[in-house]
Amino acid sequence: MHRSPSVRRSVLLVSLLAAFAVACASSSTSSVSVGSSPSPTGAYPLTVDAANGKVTLAAMPTRIVSLSPTATEMLFAIGAGAQVVAADSYSNYPSDAPTTKLSAYEPNAEAIANYQPDLVIYATDPGDLQSSLDKLKITALSEPAAATLDDVYAQMEQLGQATGHADEAAAQVSDLKSKIQAVGDQVGDAGKGMTYYYELDDTYYSVTSDTFIGAVLAELGLKNIADQAKGASSGYPQLSAEYIVQADPDLVLLADTKCCGQDAEKVAKRPGWSDLTAVHNGGVVELDDDVASRWGPRIADLLQQVGDAVQTQAQAGG
Amino acid sequence: MKHTARLEGTHLVARPARPSAARAHRRAVRWTVIGVVTLFVAVVIGLFAGAVRISPVGIIGWMLGGGSLTEQQKAIVAELRLPRVVLAGLVGAALSVSGCAYQAAFRNPLADPYLLGSAAGAGLGATMVIVLGVADAPLALPAAAFLGALGGVGLAYAMASTRAAGRTSTSLLLGGVAVASFLTALQTYVQQRNTDDLRAVYAFILGRLGTSGWHEVWLALPWVALACAVLLASRRLLEVLSLGDLEAASLGAHVTRDRAIVVIAASLATAAAVAVAGLIGFVGLIVPHAIRMATGASNRLVVGLSIVFGAAFLILCDVLARTVVAPGELPIGVITALIGAPFFALVLRRSGGAR
Repeated sequence: MHRSPSVRRSVLLVSLLAAFAVACASSSTSSVSVGSSPSPTGAYPLTVDAANGKVTLAAMPTRIVSLSPTATEMLFAIGAGAQVVAADSYSNYPSDAPTTKLSAYEPNAEAIANYQPDLVIYATDPGDLQSSLDKLKITALSEPAAATLDDVYAQMEQLGQATGHADEAAAQVSDLKSKIQAVGDQVGDAGKGMTYYYELDDTYYSVTSDTFIGAVLAELGLKNIADQAKGASSGYPQLSAEYIVQADPDLVLLADTKCCGQDAEKVAKRPGWSDLTAVHNGGVVELDDDVASRWGPRIADLLQQVGDAVQTQAQAGG
Repeated sequence: MKHTARLEGTHLVARPARPSAARAHRRAVRWTVIGVVTLFVAVVIGLFAGAVRISPVGIIGWMLGGGSLTEQQKAIVAELRLPRVVLAGLVGAALSVSGCAYQAAFRNPLADPYLLGSAAGAGLGATMVIVLGVADAPLALPAAAFLGALGGVGLAYAMASTRAAGRTSTSLLLGGVAVASFLTALQTYVQQRNTDDLRAVYAFILGRLGTSGWHEVWLALPWVALACAVLLASRRLLEVLSLGDLEAASLGAHVTRDRAIVVIAASLATAAAVAVAGLIGFVGLIVPHAIRMATGASNRLVVGLSIVFGAAFLILCDVLARTVVAPGELPIGVITALIGAPFFALVLRRSGGAR
């Protein structure tokens, strides 16, 4: 009788993971490109072609509710921060973001309406968020998880378009592109054939190259050891410790420094891990979980961090 | 009941009647041998199988002190595979033997280690530690799970042992149900308030052996060994308790005290298992029942067999967990439920639902 909750929870977890994977996969097919005839900045009403269909904005939004930490980061980056009246509970960056108790996972349309938004931006609709907002006649824009860097650029441009900051968005996008290009140039061929293990949590959940972060890291020519487990579970396999030790990756990228308090020292102390190449050569990279799990402008900083480690490793490896 | 009992002070001495004694003895020996052999085979399979292919000859050579294994292979076998097999064995033994003990002590076939609120308590303890962000402090997680498990059982016991509740095994079970529901609700509430930590909480709830090393083995071993020893020593008591409170009392058992000893020992084993491996369901329910159905033996023998077969069962489940989707892993709790439930149904059908 008491097993049922835990079994139900196992089922829930599996379906959560599956839903996550599906969400990530489908985002690659859904178009996030700006409409073919972009209106000049300030010309409202305007229509954008978002993941949730054509969205028409009657006027420049001044009361935005962001239910996506990534969108919050993008909005502030493109100079639309002042128009954001409320951001969800996980929107912790930048520090002047108006973080509230609004939940992005279990969004409450009533609580959102309380902020009298003229635009709601969300990344996931766990059920009836869109239909609830429709009933309340609140304009909403879906900006789902990106699958590629191009998706990131398109989302930033679209947000710029919608909020009246198209020029700044375009400038931010080209800045982001050049930063990423610079990391690529700096690393050069050093990353070719270098292997990495990307850690989502301390039970060795990882990502394959099919995921957004996997695609970003592939820009450096790195090989992902989790790709071996691709068939098993789409995108986010849990790896066996034995396998990680045997694969002996050049880089161990920790995206669980916040969630699970992991760091290079702890990795070195794990049973059987002390002789790993990455542990010996300082190839254990402590990433910021938040940056790693979003698809915002700070992705360039993360790539820079990994790029630096690639160079260090290349020198250590001779 | 094929034996007579005689009172010596407060101690109960059961004497098997002559003709069936020899048969029972032969059966006990036969099943003990089968159990030990099964456990040995499970350990061997556990050592040879894994995400990384390592030649069995090399492993045997390494165990005999020789070595064709590379340093890396040695590290994999010695620091990852072997402790995992040992831990799976310990956890399987602990969950099975406490399931057997609970079923006998409460005369309820549905009783299992998670019944009395121990799993819910452990889940709450672990969730609190994870949410408070102190989970990486040494021993914080196992200690919290351990205390939570004991706290859950203690609460159920306190609730059931009031005069009004009548101190019967039924009131204890009902107390456990109430405590478990309450603690599960609390745990879910805390978890939903902290969706950041969802992944870590689920990892605990689904059970995990994948990140274990010798550290976890040494954590669990003393408690599991102590509990197994106490329950083995109380195996006659368990048989008497399973007759019913009145009958047990008339046979000289000190029902309340004896049941308390058994429940405490079983809860200790459960808490130790949960603390190091998270919540692994089904083992405590199916292993003792499968043994009862297969052997037709009474609790006296089932206690010991639960230890060896429980250990073997979980070692084999873990082999599947780490090989089926290799180099990926499956959560062990999913395997025990997926394998356990149909297997249980099969045994139930074939045995015609004995007892």
